[in-house]
Amino acid sequence: MEISIFNYDFLIRSILAALFGSITAGIAGTYIVSRRLVFLSGGVTHASFGGIGMGYFLGVNPIVGAALFGMVSAMGIEYLSHKQNVKEDSAIGFLWAFGMAVGVIFIYITPGYTPNLMSYLFGSLLTIGGGDLAALMVLSLVMILFFALFYRTILYISYDEAYARTFSRHVTLFKYLLIVLVSLVIVLNIRIAGVVLVLSMLTIPPNFVMLFTKNFKKVMIWSVVAGFVGMTGGIAASWYLDIPTGATIIFVMVAGWVMARIIKGKTGSSRSRRDIKNKLYRKEVIYKDVK
Amino acid sequence: MQEHNWLLRLENISAGYNGDTVLSDVSLQISDNDFMGVIGPNGGGKTTLLKVMLGLLTPFYGEVIFNRELLTPYNIGYLPQMSEGDISFPVSVRDIVMSGLMQSRGAMARMKRADRERSATVMKDLGIWHLRNRCLSELSGGELQRVYLGRALIGSPRLLLLDEPGNFVDSSFEQGFYDMLKELNKKMAVVMVSHDVGTISAYVKSFACVNGKLHYHDSGRITNDQLKDYGCPIQLIAHGDIPHTVLQKHIDGDINI
Repeated sequence: MEISIFNYDFLIRSILAALFGSITAGIAGTYIVSRRLVFLSGGVTHASFGGIGMGYFLGVNPIVGAALFGMVSAMGIEYLSHKQNVKEDSAIGFLWAFGMAVGVIFIYITPGYTPNLMSYLFGSLLTIGGGDLAALMVLSLVMILFFALFYRTILYISYDEAYARTFSRHVTLFKYLLIVLVSLVIVLNIRIAGVVLVLSMLTIPPNFVMLFTKNFKKVMIWSVVAGFVGMTGGIAASWYLDIPTGATIIFVMVAGWVMARIIKGKTGSSRSRRDIKNKLYRKEVIYKDVK
Repeated sequence: MQEHNWLLRLENISAGYNGDTVLSDVSLQISDNDFMGVIGPNGGGKTTLLKVMLGLLTPFYGEVIFNRELLTPYNIGYLPQMSEGDISFPVSVRDIVMSGLMQSRGAMARMKRADRERSATVMKDLGIWHLRNRCLSELSGGELQRVYLGRALIGSPRLLLLDEPGNFVDSSFEQGFYDMLKELNKKMAVVMVSHDVGTISAYVKSFACVNGKLHYHDSGRITNDQLKDYGCPIQLIAHGDIPHTVLQKHIDGDINI
């Protein structure tokens, strides 16, 4: 009796986590993949580990600390990237390691045992509580509303920021709002996949969907669907095989992407060849008249 | 000179990047029927001039004044030299063309049926209708340029700024392109940056020569003497009726093009 109730509760929690996780990660993932912000997001993810360590040390919810670190580092990178004399990728690499270092130091000086540390590194659905789920649900609603209301603005800023500035005064504001939302999505999904794996939750579904469609809105919607299928599949597989859930989810997603890639095979590769050709052509012209 | 309403006035503009001055003390007025060719050497500030007009670059000194009755900063069509957009971005040709409509909309803009119809008209005019559902990585350079031209034109701007439109325009489209600009000029002022002085001088009504400083000519004709003062690397000037005139090579000017 007790076991079945536990199972039922676990099932509900898992499915809700998969649902909210795939909604947030699918939408945010489409944005970061399209805008090539994956490395930046990796920096934010690892910087947030500093907040997890701080949370342990101060005895507050590590996710709150992670959210704080994630948002501040995301805005910091966005800000630094405007400065001409800072190389953005170096700034990201710096924050990436610095956040991890801060986290390790805090955890070391935290007296006594640090429970669930592994779950923050590699994710654990078992430790997801009602509070985490509620936060993910609210964030899912915020993401849907924000992207639905400002769809065109987000699309055009993401595609060509310089041109967007010719029609909007709020480009910078939107960029900051978007990067803050992305960092919140990453941090709340750390509960599911962990610091080490969470980024793949965001990046694999859009890459999978982009094999089939190149429409921003469709990529977003289908990334949510693909993410949900991948996550529930991963949860089920981890349950039956008794292996870690976060890792299994990522494994299932990558396997799905590889299979789709093989099936798409020819069309995909010819398209990317054209991509490269066009890019070379573009470079030539850009150098004809710098400034 | 006929009297025309002015649209935009630059007064004593100095502008540049990272503290380096590219344009110094530039003044210019654009009238509502202007068709102005902007010429000058590489790094002379042609693109910078357009960016100042668009408000993409805040000048160090000087003022950009709009005749608000006729023109707002958001009623300018702009064809960048090369769009900063990432061509592998998941977006269709139609959506890019429609982005030109955002100038008159707020951040929560929706595209309606009328907008789709307007985009269809523009795409058909430019011969890119058959590409409407393609993504940008599937287009050739010339097709891409036409998509960006569609984006600049869809909002029916009062002022059209073109930065090196000749770069990508293939020869089959070129004649039609310049004729189209001539047609558009009946409805809007056109300012065109170009290396290809030979071709554009048959179409433009005036020239602005930019090389740090700006020199304005209210005719499409530039004399050899005038050229000497500016250090512009112009080798060939063509006029509507007269056969091509080959001018003396400039002593201190580099040869570009």
